[in-house]
Amino acid sequence: MIANYGFKDGGGEFYVSINTDICAECTDKPCVAACPESVLAIIEDDYDDEVIEVVKEHRKKIKYTCAPCLPTDGKRDVMPCVTSCGKGAIKHSW
Amino acid sequence: MAEQKEYWRWTESRWTNPDLDWKNAKIITAGVDVGSVSSQAVIMCDGQLYAYANMRTGSNSPDSAWNAFNWAIEGTGLTVDDIHYTVGTGYGRVNVPMANKAVTEIACHARGANFMYGPTVRTVLDMGGQDCKAITTDDKGKVQSFLMNDKCAAGTGRGMEVFANLLSVSINEVGDMSLKVDEDPPPVSSTCVVFAKAEATGLLRAGWSTEKVLAAYCLAMAQRVVSLLERNGVQPDFAITGGIAKNAGVVTRLEKLLNLKALAPKYDTQLAGAVGAALFAKALVEKGKKK
Repeated sequence: MIANYGFKDGGGEFYVSINTDICAECTDKPCVAACPESVLAIIEDDYDDEVIEVVKEHRKKIKYTCAPCLPTDGKRDVMPCVTSCGKGAIKHSW
Repeated sequence: MAEQKEYWRWTESRWTNPDLDWKNAKIITAGVDVGSVSSQAVIMCDGQLYAYANMRTGSNSPDSAWNAFNWAIEGTGLTVDDIHYTVGTGYGRVNVPMANKAVTEIACHARGANFMYGPTVRTVLDMGGQDCKAITTDDKGKVQSFLMNDKCAAGTGRGMEVFANLLSVSINEVGDMSLKVDEDPPPVSSTCVVFAKAEATGLLRAGWSTEKVLAAYCLAMAQRVVSLLERNGVQPDFAITGGIAKNAGVVTRLEKLLNLKALAPKYDTQLAGAVGAALFAKALVEKGKKK
């Protein structure tokens, strides 16, 4: 499942996409500890898989929460969550 | 002072299946969807729809859940003890007192749409009271991807209610009335319902007809939702759930923008979440879960 957390407003689309099929197979889930803003958390989803989600308190302000980690040159593969995942399960839309 | 008419108020409903007797059922399950605007309770006997109630959510989620549940079982002889398993869903899902488990409304709407529209459904658009969800699903009703917008009221049922009140048009007539224009006007703001309302007030003052203003708002709502759908991916068959699915003005414009016809609903579109919850409950009973 591709879970898109975030929002669209007048400034653009700001979504963090998580491929939970990849997540469910990852035992350590290092992305959770790697995020300096504690955006990610481990949950059991509706189909009993252990996956990660963007916690509720950050969903409507994700544009700002992720901003300190977003390189200005457009590269996303150096972000702590993306690097620690290493499997391409986490993507940012902006 | 004369009482102000509530143009936003939609019709509440309940129904019992005259062809089923719950006493003959092996598994009786319930799904209770406490949404931000409406609450539904659905009772299923062996996976068949037996009874439902659809009503306005009050200020208290547990009370809303009980009100919908009690109305659904009214006159059937059923009691809460006869239900083998209950799943709660919706915004208030953690506050459904009779629920044995809570499941997200995303998963419930996908499964509910699979039941209500058939296994060919691949894209589900849930246009709810205070959010809007684009969901892709497989032939079993399992979510493949989802995207939700709950940051503002534009593109939601509550936004439409605000417009019904502003224009003094019954919410049940808004859609049809918006289609009484020769050509769609430019849409009003699609990013904020407050700005859209201010813009609409200005257009009325400028001499626009009520129909034309409604057309501009329905088009704005359709455009906003299309961008969400396209971001998540759109595949046929396409189904719309939630209250806005009853608004022909939005649905017609949505179909035109997507170049894709939505499946015709066989049931009340607001029930999808509760139906999905009742089906989740049945699957859990079959897996051996006890309340």
